[in-house]
Amino acid sequence: MKLIIFAGPPTCGKTTVIRQVIKRMIARNLKPSFVKIDVLYADEDETINKEFGIPTKKIYSGELCPDHCNVVVLDEVVEWAEKAGSDFLFVETAGLCLRCSPYVENSLGVVVLEATSGMNLPRKIGPMLTLADISVITKIDLISQAEREVFRYRVLESAKDITVVESNALYGIGIDPIVKQILKTPDIEFPMYLRGNPPVGTCTICVGKKEIGAKNHFGVLRTMNEELFYVGE
Amino acid sequence: MEIKKITVIGGQGKDGSKEKVNRFELNMGDIVSIVGPTGCGKTTLINDIELFANRNTPSGRQILINNEPVPDDFSFDPSKHPIAMISQHTNFLSDLPVGEFLTIHAKVRGTSDVEKVVDETIQFANQLTGEAINKETAMTELSGGQTRSLLIADAVVIGNSPIILLDEIENAGIHKTKALELLKRYEKIFVFVTHDPTIALLSDSRIIMQNGAMQKLVVSNPEERIVADELKKIDNVLLHFRGLIRAGEEINQHQLEQLAI
Repeated sequence: MKLIIFAGPPTCGKTTVIRQVIKRMIARNLKPSFVKIDVLYADEDETINKEFGIPTKKIYSGELCPDHCNVVVLDEVVEWAEKAGSDFLFVETAGLCLRCSPYVENSLGVVVLEATSGMNLPRKIGPMLTLADISVITKIDLISQAEREVFRYRVLESAKDITVVESNALYGIGIDPIVKQILKTPDIEFPMYLRGNPPVGTCTICVGKKEIGAKNHFGVLRTMNEELFYVGE
Repeated sequence: MEIKKITVIGGQGKDGSKEKVNRFELNMGDIVSIVGPTGCGKTTLINDIELFANRNTPSGRQILINNEPVPDDFSFDPSKHPIAMISQHTNFLSDLPVGEFLTIHAKVRGTSDVEKVVDETIQFANQLTGEAINKETAMTELSGGQTRSLLIADAVVIGNSPIILLDEIENAGIHKTKALELLKRYEKIFVFVTHDPTIALLSDSRIIMQNGAMQKLVVSNPEERIVADELKKIDNVLLHFRGLIRAGEEINQHQLEQLAI
């Protein structure tokens, strides 16, 4: 089975791209399944199941960061999709804090970016972009040709080996190159490893400490002026 | 690839009947206008040109470059795309100052003297607008006319694309005859979608569109050039009065007589 992980800021068009891709997979008699990992609300599993009749699932990360949740549950999710007889598992995640990325070794990492979100976006989202294999730029019909060229440049400046695909997913423009890459992706291998390095340190906030200020926390800390220091054993 | 000529081969109109114009050619330096009422398929025609349609769009048209069709899966590096399309967009969404945006675009396009080209672009745009654009202005703060002027200047000077498609440039309140005059200095193919008689008559030829189909190709004759020059004078009169009104002046009949039309 091949694993394809889609990440990108909220409302950038991830699901629209995925729907167009799934439509083409089904037309080729392939068997995809779809999982959405989100924090508070998602209904894409229901809409995609209704539209294509393929196995779908949603997972609420709740108190966990969605990327964190992804790391913890992905083995079970892969097992679920294999049992359902899928050749391709699409995972859509709403990673939020931009310090890590959800992509796994031997999978295809796809980051979806909105052309309308400003020229600095590619510089702001870190490993979600730099560790991806493909960057799909959506909503290209809403900006001028000159802006498209500059946005693409900014993406390549952050991730020089990435494949850039410009897409107007509503009309299915620019979807075929994504499908081509998906078909070329190797099968998933076990045990699965996260691509790249997770963020530094143990997060005291993640474990529930609410007090503001470095003096109340431990692990790798920092001051306002970017001086890193360590408190603890 | 050096583009010397593009050819448009007709397909069919909205009702499926064959287009009356079955072929027209554009050589470097040619200016053509596409005219016809709203909804007649003008924008679709320039979209076909931009996509290098190969009988794979609803119109069934085919575009040839230097007499050769463009294969379906042929894709240009977007930064070297030979066609620049100035669509009806009248605002930018990029959160960058004008100077920085143009500098990046010039670098993307592989320009050698970036600073010179950026200045030339802004100068070009400022000849078409009312209030001048400067390098520090945020792109998103530009008005509709300033945006359109900058897009045209960017496509011509920085993009340096051999083929430029312009969709209703007269709509954004820019100095259109000045634009045409400036554009003519660059040896390119210009295709105007227009409702404006002056632009149409100042072009070398015009395609008449109706019901999604190219109905007629008219080559401008010398007499039309004379008419175009007269229309240009009328445009200039309108621009003159616009200037006076903008300056807060009161208008009287004498001013009209002075202009002797």
